[in-house]
Amino acid sequence: MIIPAARPSPRLASACLTGLTVFLILIALSATSALAQEPPDTANQAPSITIAQTPPPSPATDVQAYDNPNDAGGAVHIEWTKSADDGGGLENVAQYAILRGTSPSGPFDTVGTNTPGTTEFTDGGTEDGVTYYYIVSTGSTVASPDGTTRTVWTQSEPSEPVQSSAQWFHTGRINSLLAVILLTTSILLFINRAKTGGKLFIRKIAGLEAIDEAVGRATEMGRKIFFIPGIEDMNNVQTIAGVTLLGRVSKMAAQYEAQIDVPVRRSLVMVAARETMKEAYLDAGRPDAFNEDTVHYLTDDQFGYAAGVDGMFVRQKPATVFYMGAFYAESLIMAETGNSIGAIQIAGTAMPAQLPFFVAACDFTLIGEELFAASAYLSKEPRQLGSLKGQDVGKFFILIFAILGIILATFEVYDLSTWFIVQ
Amino acid sequence: MKREIPLIITALIGIVFIIQFFIPHEPFHSLSDIFSDWFSIIQACAIWLGALNLVKLSLDKIGKQGMIAVGSAVSLALLVAIFYAPGFLAGRLPLILFLLAFMLMFAGQYSRSRVKEDWFLSVSTVVSFVIIIIAGFAFSNGRQFLEPGTRFDYLYQYVYSPLSATMFAMLAFFVASASYRAFRARNKEATMLLLAAFFVMLGRVPLGDWLTSFMPEGARLSSLADWVMNFPNAAGQRAIMIGIALGVVSTSLRIILGIERSHLGGES
Repeated sequence: MIIPAARPSPRLASACLTGLTVFLILIALSATSALAQEPPDTANQAPSITIAQTPPPSPATDVQAYDNPNDAGGAVHIEWTKSADDGGGLENVAQYAILRGTSPSGPFDTVGTNTPGTTEFTDGGTEDGVTYYYIVSTGSTVASPDGTTRTVWTQSEPSEPVQSSAQWFHTGRINSLLAVILLTTSILLFINRAKTGGKLFIRKIAGLEAIDEAVGRATEMGRKIFFIPGIEDMNNVQTIAGVTLLGRVSKMAAQYEAQIDVPVRRSLVMVAARETMKEAYLDAGRPDAFNEDTVHYLTDDQFGYAAGVDGMFVRQKPATVFYMGAFYAESLIMAETGNSIGAIQIAGTAMPAQLPFFVAACDFTLIGEELFAASAYLSKEPRQLGSLKGQDVGKFFILIFAILGIILATFEVYDLSTWFIVQ
Repeated sequence: MKREIPLIITALIGIVFIIQFFIPHEPFHSLSDIFSDWFSIIQACAIWLGALNLVKLSLDKIGKQGMIAVGSAVSLALLVAIFYAPGFLAGRLPLILFLLAFMLMFAGQYSRSRVKEDWFLSVSTVVSFVIIIIAGFAFSNGRQFLEPGTRFDYLYQYVYSPLSATMFAMLAFFVASASYRAFRARNKEATMLLLAAFFVMLGRVPLGDWLTSFMPEGARLSSLADWVMNFPNAAGQRAIMIGIALGVVSTSLRIILGIERSHLGGES
């Protein structure tokens, strides 16, 4: 028996066709909705241009990319002209996205974003020797009918090809190089002149002249000398200057047989100060008189250190106190305590904020450069004194430029100051 | 060779540092960071030198003072044990006991002899050292020692911070006493300083402007104070800074070239 094939009824076919149409429309609507709501993945792909009812922003133009100057490579600098709608026009620019690709046709990856009004960006993630192209995408935030917001993007033309590379000279530091050469040359010239017996005039520094008297006073009174080499570590040049001066003071103390005490805040300073004192006592012919416990560690804490030093001042009543190095807020706490016990106090620091405190509380204060000159001054050695004269040449040139700057600024010419900017 | 090797190392490192400032290319570019890292490593290791030195000197002093000090140390150690006993951390009781013990030690010391060395400080130094080490390493219940609620944090919050703040607060009184001396009109310069300070201080508080409110805005005390700070004061500060910069260059050059060697034991 042959069973005839069932014939679809016209009503069923029509219903199927209608259902299929509705299904396709739903899929299409769903896809459109997803496209409209999904923000572009700016981390991995180029923002796409979305056609919205609100007009997209005008693109950034004239995108230029060049190797970032004066660096160790690995960076490209990008500049562009702002979108016409940034600060004018529709005024609807929300941000700029900077995209990078290895071909002018893409693909491009987002390497960073910048705020409206900006016209430059440095991409610090490039590989030297690889050719890159950059696009600047201008983004504008628009509201969707459903109340959410999304960003629409307009892309610029790609930049010219660019490669990053490292430089062998920092052109922004030519002024520094010239200053170093000038200062070094003048210092070396004066050192040479001093070595050959040339006469050098060095002005008297009262604080340094008083060191001998201060050490002598402690010897006569039979009391201790305290030497505080600042509260910074050995990587600070003021501490180095302080420890250097400690060598000079220790030598005097060894010769006078005076007792010296050096409480320190940093372990490395303790080690360096011990070596310096040991050598100074050896140099004075009194190695047996050196006790390494005279240089001792107190604490790394700033105010703990100040409290410790103050306690020793009050209990031991030293005749002389030296403060030589970098100080902060503890300077006055220590100096006033030293003053209250009647010690003769000589301070030296290059911390401008602490200088007034030392001036108020101490008998003598070495101001800034005098601290660095102290060791050379006390040594009386021609080569060291020559270096001080070389410093004066630097001061002379700075004085000339300062006067010139004042004259030019009076006539509203301010370009001279740009010569002294170090990048 | 004992002096030559440090001099050579100093000269080499100094020159490399000058060069790296002007050459951004590798290997110079990373040198600064590398040296900085090495300094931090050495610094961290050297902390033990300081800590051990402190303990050694303190123990020496305790030893010299005989049984009284030992007795005090044992008492404090017992107190430490109580401090860490379970249940005692509630409230401020441990801190009160801790401070009481210190006060007793001070009183005991001063009642016996005023001329003795500062042994009580040595005892408290050693005991505090032990307490803080134990607090940091052993009794934190597996937590990071800096987390709130740990014994270390307790000591930091209720012992260390108040003591630090007290020292800092004392600065106010020292400023007052130093100012009193500095501002006495002994001579022409001191009188100028006094006048400048008077106007600046008055110009920094509302009273200054209130007193000169009848004057044009640019001539009031606050404007005068600003002028003193922005012109004569700034000029003086800059002059000092220029001198310091040149002094730093000159000192560095002396050390790099080996002319300054008093830190290595003088010129010989």
